[in-house]
Amino acid sequence: MCGIAGIIHKGKSTNVGSQMQQMLQSLKHRGPDSTGYALYGTGGSKDYILRFKVGENVKEGSSAVMEDESLYDQRRDEVNKKITEAGGKIIKQEQITPYSFRYITSFNGDLLDFARKIESVEMAEILSLGNSLELIKDIGDAKVVADQYGLNNFKGTHGIGHTRMATESGVDIRSAHPYWAYPFKDVSVVHNGQLTNYWNNRRALERKGMRFMSSCDSELIAVYLANKIRDGINLEDAMSSSLKDLDGVFTYMVATQDQLGMAKDSMAAKPMVLYESDDVVICASEEVAIRTILPHEIDTYDPYESEVKVWQA
Amino acid sequence: MASVKEHKSHDMGLHEEVLTGRTQQVFFNPEEAENYFYDDAFDVDFNKRTTIDVANLNAPEVNKKIKDLMKQGYGTIVLKNPGAKHSLGVGILNKLNLIVEGSLGYFGIGSVDGPVVRISGRVGWSCAENMMAGKVVIEKNAGSCFGAAIRGGDLICKGSVGARSGIDMKGGTIIIGGNAGAFTGFMMQRGRIVILGDVGPNLADSLYDGTIFVGGKIESLGADAVESEMTDLDVDWLKRKLKVAEIDKKVDFSKMTKIVSGKKLWNYDNLEPTERKGAI
Repeated sequence: MCGIAGIIHKGKSTNVGSQMQQMLQSLKHRGPDSTGYALYGTGGSKDYILRFKVGENVKEGSSAVMEDESLYDQRRDEVNKKITEAGGKIIKQEQITPYSFRYITSFNGDLLDFARKIESVEMAEILSLGNSLELIKDIGDAKVVADQYGLNNFKGTHGIGHTRMATESGVDIRSAHPYWAYPFKDVSVVHNGQLTNYWNNRRALERKGMRFMSSCDSELIAVYLANKIRDGINLEDAMSSSLKDLDGVFTYMVATQDQLGMAKDSMAAKPMVLYESDDVVICASEEVAIRTILPHEIDTYDPYESEVKVWQA
Repeated sequence: MASVKEHKSHDMGLHEEVLTGRTQQVFFNPEEAENYFYDDAFDVDFNKRTTIDVANLNAPEVNKKIKDLMKQGYGTIVLKNPGAKHSLGVGILNKLNLIVEGSLGYFGIGSVDGPVVRISGRVGWSCAENMMAGKVVIEKNAGSCFGAAIRGGDLICKGSVGARSGIDMKGGTIIIGGNAGAFTGFMMQRGRIVILGDVGPNLADSLYDGTIFVGGKIESLGADAVESEMTDLDVDWLKRKLKVAEIDKKVDFSKMTKIVSGKKLWNYDNLEPTERKGAI
């Protein structure tokens, strides 16, 4: 059991950071191990926002291996070198935790090559790369992660998030959601459920050159969608075909620079509650999450089996 | 012509079906049902009314408060500001008018026996799970597993419901004013489901017994489910039941589809009297 939530404001930028934090905190009982956010800022800049990590959070409860923190600085220096070698320029760099970083970079070449060069550094993993996406995930509940990464003042149009109960893989950042749909800028995925044909699909996608960073079945959805987008298929069609190709019980959400989508498996075995108005769409595993934003009585509904929906910011 | 006893059993939702002579109705002795009461049942007065503000209470606190108020003789209790919280109004084994001003989260009104509940908002997954008797009316939509494993009573959703409504249902009636999702009536063993709108794929999959009436389109039938002929008795029952359900939608009963089990079950115990509720 995990909790997922998402919000998209139509034509308006607002405090999505604190809204997502409130929603995810109310879903803590569905997944206390880790929390992740994919927040979409106003964008508009040609520069890339790069979120990456060079190590794991090894606090109590983590299944990651303890490392000497001095390694993180070495790895960051190597990442800086790789960015420069790839033809990129670091405009601004922030160290958020000893192991995680937020950079503003400029780059004009092929994103896949750029990402591969950065991830050639030991333990370096790009969490997100895009013009508006900022993907943050760590061990702890929504409040802990939001405070740690200063997300409560984040302004943007939309976001998705996840509270994870580790079932298929370890308690660490690499197994936490959301997943970036590598190497497509600004695409992220959160998932609640289990995929039962994970290995068949993973092997097929790896043969096509797609990369997996974890053993978490949820990552497959992000990679699957990335592969479809690479083949020129639009988001909604890619999501519809995922319902045929991915086996299991699941509800997932995907976000792009200006869209939010949800898909539910053919048995509708995992929950999702929806609220739609002219100004905003809010989705969550439980209505209590929506009520943290809209405490008054509202009309909500459950999407049906095999349903795919996409909304525009 | 139905007897007085039969009418009483209808009104109480104590009608059941048996496998032999599928779709025939067997009526329990209402006098026996009327005389049934739990050892710790409270003598409540429906005119004695009070309100609980749920805003700052959790589910165990609310449920304990309901019990304490019934103990004090309150027969009408209003829940204000439920805020879609989970597991509210569960375990009420008593006569009671419970009015919920707002929406409930998951597992609301579960394992109840006897209360009449009115919910002005929506309910989440597994509303009224394991209900034995009583009446629950929801004005808006409901989530999945609506009325899972109920054994009696009337469960009414005026809006649409999610997947697997009436899963493992063993008696009672579920009435849905709108549409229903996949696997409605999955492994249903007895009772009736009425869906006035459309229904999703695999309707009545692995149906043991019971009857499902559908007013709209059926996407597909599940294994063991077959179409049956509507009888005058069915139409009479539907008319009466929709009245009890307070659904004033115009329904063309002649266009409704009736679904029953097409499977012969060799080891199926078709004798499950409602009196077994004493076992819980």
